[in-house]
Amino acid sequence: MSAPDTGPAHAAGQGSEDDLDHDHDTLDITVGGYMTGFVLSVILTAIPFWLVMSKVFANPTVTTFVILGFAIVQIYVHMVFFLHMTSKAEGGWPWLSLIFTLVLVVITLSGSLWVMYHLKTNMMLPSPEQMRNMP
Amino acid sequence: MSESTASVALGAVGGGQALRFYDSGGHHPENGTLLGFWLYLMSDCLVFTCLFAAYGVLGRNYAGGPSGADLFALPLVAVNTSLLLLSSITYGFAMIEMQRKRQGAMLIWLALTGLLGAGFIGIELHEFANLIHEGNGPQRSAFLSSFFTLVGTHGLHVTFGIVWLLTLMAQVARHGLIAANRRRLMCLSMFWHFLDVIWIGVFTFVYLMGALP
Repeated sequence: MSAPDTGPAHAAGQGSEDDLDHDHDTLDITVGGYMTGFVLSVILTAIPFWLVMSKVFANPTVTTFVILGFAIVQIYVHMVFFLHMTSKAEGGWPWLSLIFTLVLVVITLSGSLWVMYHLKTNMMLPSPEQMRNMP
Repeated sequence: MSESTASVALGAVGGGQALRFYDSGGHHPENGTLLGFWLYLMSDCLVFTCLFAAYGVLGRNYAGGPSGADLFALPLVAVNTSLLLLSSITYGFAMIEMQRKRQGAMLIWLALTGLLGAGFIGIELHEFANLIHEGNGPQRSAFLSSFFTLVGTHGLHVTFGIVWLLTLMAQVARHGLIAANRRRLMCLSMFWHFLDVIWIGVFTFVYLMGALP
């Protein structure tokens, strides 16, 4: 997490501009990089499909967590090899915004699921009989 | 009056002309655009997060209708996923040809990317048409409403990505690989790969987990 620290230096127009240019020029757009990313993605896509389609695990909960794990790894692979998003790119600002977004994503997803799950289990829906006799 | 506007422009980070005062030629001119586009992608990511959250909450409310396990044809989803994955790598090859300044080869890779994207949209529309034809449209249950919204929004993004791709192909064919076109192609590259990242979430969270009992 050294990336945000370099921010103020850039804003003041000092020192590390050369690093920035250097990073940008060596933005690793290479055939090898794309092929590595592609092969990894194919593997990371094929395994979850295989796990679900041929019902490898008897317990669906196990399958759920395993395929979620594969999805997270594959998203990371895409970030690095296709989007070239590392903590060094562009002085660390995209990385910082990515982390901020991820925090919001986690809050939104886990918060919604958590609140709505409890809402559903705690709300006892009245039966038609009770509805008829309601005051 | 003009002084106050100038100071405001200097204060704002995206201040275009005013920002060059600090830059004095050292910077790569693409940085601002790419960072700005990245911020757009992050906000788009939040849009999808909300749709994923809605699907997560509503995705098991079938209203007596069919469940994901009844509806989803996983082999078709696998074909769709591979089309999108292939289009990502073909776009990557287009970017490599762009770096080598080989315009013809780049246009061929871009055209291939567009075709793969169109194939993806075609299969998705086929799937949607089948579902609606069998009476399992978005109005059938909360599950299907959230399903159509989430997957449809992604499909709409891909569609506009293809429109953007065709526009850029025409631009490059007309004006060549000038700096502005290279910058636009970099932005579309990020957009296209970003849609692939969202699709990883869709096929895992919606299709694979939906097909589980």
